[in-house]
Amino acid sequence: MKKFLTGNEAVARGAYEAGITVASAYPGTPSTEILENVALYKEDIYAEWAPNEKVALEVTIGASIAGARALAAMKHVGVNVAADPFFTYSYTGVNGGLVIVSADDPGMHSSQNEQDNRMYAKFSKAAMVEPSDSQESKDFVKTAIEISEKFDTPVLFRMTTRICHSKGIVEFGEREETPMKKYEKNIPKYVAAPANARALHVKVEDRLKKLEEFSNTTELNRFEWNDKKIGIITSGVAYQYSKEVFGDKVSYLKLGFTFPLPMQKIKEFAAQVETLYIIEELEPYIEEQVKAAGVNCIGKDIIPRVGELNPDIIAKAILGEEREIIKFDESKTVGRPPTMCAGCPHRGFYYALSKKKNIMVTGDIGCYTLGSAAPLSAMDTCICMGSSISTGHGAQRAFQKNGIDKRVVTVIGDSTFFHTGINSLIDIAYNKSSTVTVILDNRITGMTGHQENPGTGYTLQGEKTGMINIPKLCKAIGIPNVRTVNPLKLNEVNEALDEALASDEPSVIITRWPCVLKRLSQEDVEEFGNERIVCEVNEDSCRGCKICTQTGCPAIEFDSNIKKARIDENMCVGCEVCLQACPFDAIEKAGV
Amino acid sequence: MADIKNILLVGVGGQGIILASKILAKGLMSVGFDVKMSEVHGMAQRGGSVTTQVRFGEKIYSPIIGKGQADILVSFEKMEAVRWIDHLKKDGKVVVNDYEIPSAPILIGSAEYPKGIVEELQSKTNVTIFKAADIAKGLGNIKTMNIVMVGALVKAMGIDNIDWEEVIKNTVKEKFVDINIKALRKGMEQI
Repeated sequence: MKKFLTGNEAVARGAYEAGITVASAYPGTPSTEILENVALYKEDIYAEWAPNEKVALEVTIGASIAGARALAAMKHVGVNVAADPFFTYSYTGVNGGLVIVSADDPGMHSSQNEQDNRMYAKFSKAAMVEPSDSQESKDFVKTAIEISEKFDTPVLFRMTTRICHSKGIVEFGEREETPMKKYEKNIPKYVAAPANARALHVKVEDRLKKLEEFSNTTELNRFEWNDKKIGIITSGVAYQYSKEVFGDKVSYLKLGFTFPLPMQKIKEFAAQVETLYIIEELEPYIEEQVKAAGVNCIGKDIIPRVGELNPDIIAKAILGEEREIIKFDESKTVGRPPTMCAGCPHRGFYYALSKKKNIMVTGDIGCYTLGSAAPLSAMDTCICMGSSISTGHGAQRAFQKNGIDKRVVTVIGDSTFFHTGINSLIDIAYNKSSTVTVILDNRITGMTGHQENPGTGYTLQGEKTGMINIPKLCKAIGIPNVRTVNPLKLNEVNEALDEALASDEPSVIITRWPCVLKRLSQEDVEEFGNERIVCEVNEDSCRGCKICTQTGCPAIEFDSNIKKARIDENMCVGCEVCLQACPFDAIEKAGV
Repeated sequence: MADIKNILLVGVGGQGIILASKILAKGLMSVGFDVKMSEVHGMAQRGGSVTTQVRFGEKIYSPIIGKGQADILVSFEKMEAVRWIDHLKKDGKVVVNDYEIPSAPILIGSAEYPKGIVEELQSKTNVTIFKAADIAKGLGNIKTMNIVMVGALVKAMGIDNIDWEEVIKNTVKEKFVDINIKALRKGMEQI
């Protein structure tokens, strides 16, 4: 059977065919759809959302030690979170095969950095495979599981946005039903205490030699001989880009198994071609190792290490070729940055926050990062998942210790709070920080496309489960001031912020209202209702002050001809934030 | 590589571009083409400028379309056509939905929706412009605007010999099949 799949969907199919029975992940673009699709094989695979990537990896490590084939998936920065168990599991080795998918994001379509996670394979000494299209994304999962079990190593499965989110035709195979391996207690192998770990490291170095032998013989690393004037060593999507540019006019060493590198094959290839190019996206991962082995090649001197690669960059760098382009008058376009949706519950909160003076706002990762954009501009920092609360605490302490009168408000989403924000809040309580923590609870993981989380009451595979009670959790941690507000009620938000800012004790404000795009659960409908009465501008009362546009709602347009605001009835959901912001009561509920 | 065709669909998050390209890819696969398609997910979707790229031919390598490479640019929103025009081949075709979605800077009054887009497109490209939103509204559901655009696209690309109605039947929910087939036909009439 043939199907048209994204790389992510193909990995899920690969997990099924490879006989994987346990999978765990935390959502993150561009990796999210892997687990969403693995979850569809309900009969055969247990799949779950973990609160963060470290937990996800540990869950699959447990399954692997128990003897099952397992898969963890995460975006590139998620591997940073999971790095601790990853490095040590590379030492202990596996029982059932373990694949760890790292979905990197060159060009930062939806990320805070563009780190090249191929470095993690070398650093952790785990084997690595790199698919270059959807078919390989499926096939390589099975191969990776086999490598994992044969060589006693976890396998890093490195993808990039264009592999994850591009669709291609995939030929299906059958599921390999593998009986779970026997679990045997093996303390020297699985207890990574110093005495055992010293022995494990020796084993790992030996394993690397065996893996390099494999790398030199496996068909995952293959020659494609054509004219030998130009030879190209490449991997991942860069292989597809190279083929796009050069077709069958040059020779290739196409690498699918990229740690350890097949240095013997590389030397053999280099000896036969006149000029050797290394074409890789981001870091000179292959190039540096090839050069260190004494092989002359051209790479990052002409291929940029910043941003996403594409065929045009390669053609220009190597052939000096550029296509003719139709030039247009740039005044005919206006930027279209992403915005918070009409009716987004974050808007009311941010609008109120943007009016507070003399504060620093440390933010976090989610749709609400858009609160940093104009006109709200109500977020000052965003570093990584869960960082808002702890960076805020550090800033607050620095201000206090140095006699600077400034208060810090930290802003974090519900899912991000469960991810790694909780630890930071414990620090706030423990070290008695006067920081004001705001948890934006929109009842779902929003940005990545609505995944369930420990606060929503449902699991990835659709089972009902308990919901974390955030106020109770905060109280239990030891936060004295905990208050829940409706973020669409500006008065409520203002009052809560003022009260918290006036206190020297730790405060948490929870803004609780569902994401406007969320498919409401029965519980949501009971709690929040689902009526939609749109707002409209009374043109007689509107004085054209533009204050409503300062909420940044995409449903509000200012008509500069008649100097009045207008609300798009198709977009408005009647959240009433603009209605409260208007100083002239010129916005009303339609038909009320 | 002359037998490879490149279709660039552009617009604004939420306009149904992904469904449109899904239908397109299915139809192209049904007649034996190799097809690759690239989409945008995540933060960029939130009301931002989005694009889906579809490439088909005997054998496709790169999933993305470079500058000056698109055989056809199908823009679901007027201003987006201009933003992506540098991806069009010199003799490529442009199909534009005469429909404006103001972006954030326009909404807050710090910029104006650009004037003279149609004239600019007409002076530099082989362009067809029509009001897909009005057509879709006339059919009773503005959301079928994306399928109106698909109809125009397949006609303009000369791939209207594929059984697109069958593809629609196999893709959309049963109760939406009839209206989407009507939308497809209306779209084809625009070219």
